[in-house]
Amino acid sequence: MTAAVDKIAAADPTAPVVVGRQRRSRGFLRGLLPPLIVGIGGLALWELIVKAGRIAPFILPAPSAIWEQFWLSRSVIWQTGLATGANAFVGLIAGAVVGILGAMAASRFRLLGEVSIPVAAALNALPIIALAPILNNMFDSTSSIPRRVVVSIVVFFPVFINTLRGLREVNPTHRELMDSYAAGGWTFTRLVRLPGALPFVFTGLRQASSLAVIAAVVAEYFGGLQDGLGSRITSAASNTAYPRAWAFVVGACVLGLVFYAVSLGLERLATPWRRSR
Amino acid sequence: MTAVALSGVGKVFNAGRADQVVALTGVDLTVDSGQFVSLIGPSGCGKSTLLRLVADLIQPTSGTLTVAGKPARKARLDQEYGIAFQQAGLFEWRTVLRNVELPLELRGTGRRERKRRAEEMLELVGLADFTGHYPAQLSGGMQQRVAIARALAVHPLLLLMDEPFGALDEMTRERLQDELLRICAQTGTSTIFVTHSIPEAVYLSDRVVVMSPRPGRITDVIEIDLGPRSEATRQSAGFFAGITKVRRALRGTPAPTSSSPSASSSASAEVTAS
Ligand SMILES: Nc1ncnc2c1ncn2[C@@H]1O[C@H](COP(=O)(O)OP(=O)(O)OP(=O)(O)O)[C@@H](O)[C@H]1O
Ligand SMILES: [Mg+2]
Repeated sequence: MTAAVDKIAAADPTAPVVVGRQRRSRGFLRGLLPPLIVGIGGLALWELIVKAGRIAPFILPAPSAIWEQFWLSRSVIWQTGLATGANAFVGLIAGAVVGILGAMAASRFRLLGEVSIPVAAALNALPIIALAPILNNMFDSTSSIPRRVVVSIVVFFPVFINTLRGLREVNPTHRELMDSYAAGGWTFTRLVRLPGALPFVFTGLRQASSLAVIAAVVAEYFGGLQDGLGSRITSAASNTAYPRAWAFVVGACVLGLVFYAVSLGLERLATPWRRSR
Repeated sequence: MTAVALSGVGKVFNAGRADQVVALTGVDLTVDSGQFVSLIGPSGCGKSTLLRLVADLIQPTSGTLTVAGKPARKARLDQEYGIAFQQAGLFEWRTVLRNVELPLELRGTGRRERKRRAEEMLELVGLADFTGHYPAQLSGGMQQRVAIARALAVHPLLLLMDEPFGALDEMTRERLQDELLRICAQTGTSTIFVTHSIPEAVYLSDRVVVMSPRPGRITDVIEIDLGPRSEATRQSAGFFAGITKVRRALRGTPAPTSSSPSASSSASAEVTAS
């Protein structure tokens, strides 16, 4: 449930970037329980409605049917999930590194900062996924590069914008204090700017982690190498094997959650001072 | 030796614009080596601005300014002073201990010595049990004490403090006043200390500099001679006479040649009430 909320927030760059820390610092179990209850309740309702014949199974299969397919295809889901996961991971890392370095450069040079924000926003407004067919034609049909490029472009924006905001927000007293220590340049960046920006970087990474998986799955709909979850969803759907298509969608959903959870865990490790409030 | 010398110093913010502010005009002030000087005056009279000028965090628009016999900029680059701001300004990602260690780290002090000094200072401000905490886990007054420890940790020859005890309770405040005086006497530190409290200014200072706003300027300098401070000083007639003098100067009425008994008793009544 929470992941779904964040995907929506992530898709909208104008939404406030810093997600309330209150939710994060809440007890892990207490935070998990409500979505779990709602989720199980929803599944039960869904099963009931389909079994009662209110929705045709080819429109929306029952959860039990999807689960059956999920279990039958588990090794394929695992294999294709690994391929998609690798694409999302490589793209995420590449996009994040470029985003963070870009933000550092943009915060360092005023002119670059002023120019880069509208450019980044324009880039973000582009339907990046639509680039997939073009990129697919630019590379070999056995290449994983097009999908990874799509992922990294999608990842770039939230990481860049959040990091830049963090780097720019320097407490004036911190600046004066470092001036009084005659500490400028790289020392200032290392001791004040970067640690101060870290929570912002992770907010960007958390948004980007879910986007990365979505982009890696969807990029496959447009051709290129067909070894990931996306290709299985399209082929199952074109064979009208809807429960199987849904099983792969579930696989993609789990993959997205794993990415999100890992980035959340890293955030907690890297910013211990925010946990202890 | 003079620790700080200002002559004809003025500061205009946003000169030539609609929001121009004349923060200070014609400030002449010398602080001798080892002297304790307090700045007192109504809010907005330029106390923090004066401190920032000495610290070379902002530059004067007129006049000259030397710190430790050098231009202010050189003194800053040589890290001649320690400073505590009106806001604690702790680094929230560093533990209390690492916050106090920071200025030592930047001066290249060794790891072990750094830790020893920082722990000693935290002990002094009564926070020995909080070395591993993060600033967000402390109260405002505790954060302010960490900032004081951080300013003292380097044993600077010049100490600049902007209302450092403002957020503290009365007991802690008096204890830290005594500790501060002890450290300054021990190390021969010169101090410029901004405060809003008349008794605090009188108790701590060799000289109290009285300022007035619009435009910010020095209107009076009151010499205080109370000898070595002790608990008895806070009850002494000389202390109350000093308070009366400063209060008069703040109100803008010149002190009479002999202070009347009614004036000093009213002063003592107000002090105990505050
Ligand atoms: N950076 C700045 N830009 C413009 N004006 C400023 C700036 N800093 C201070 N001022 C102005 O200078 C004047 C003096 O400010 P200052 O902070 O020195 O007052 P203060 O005596 O320290 O007051 P307080 O007791 O409230 O701390 C004020 O009118 C303030 O508005
Ligand atoms: Mg001030």
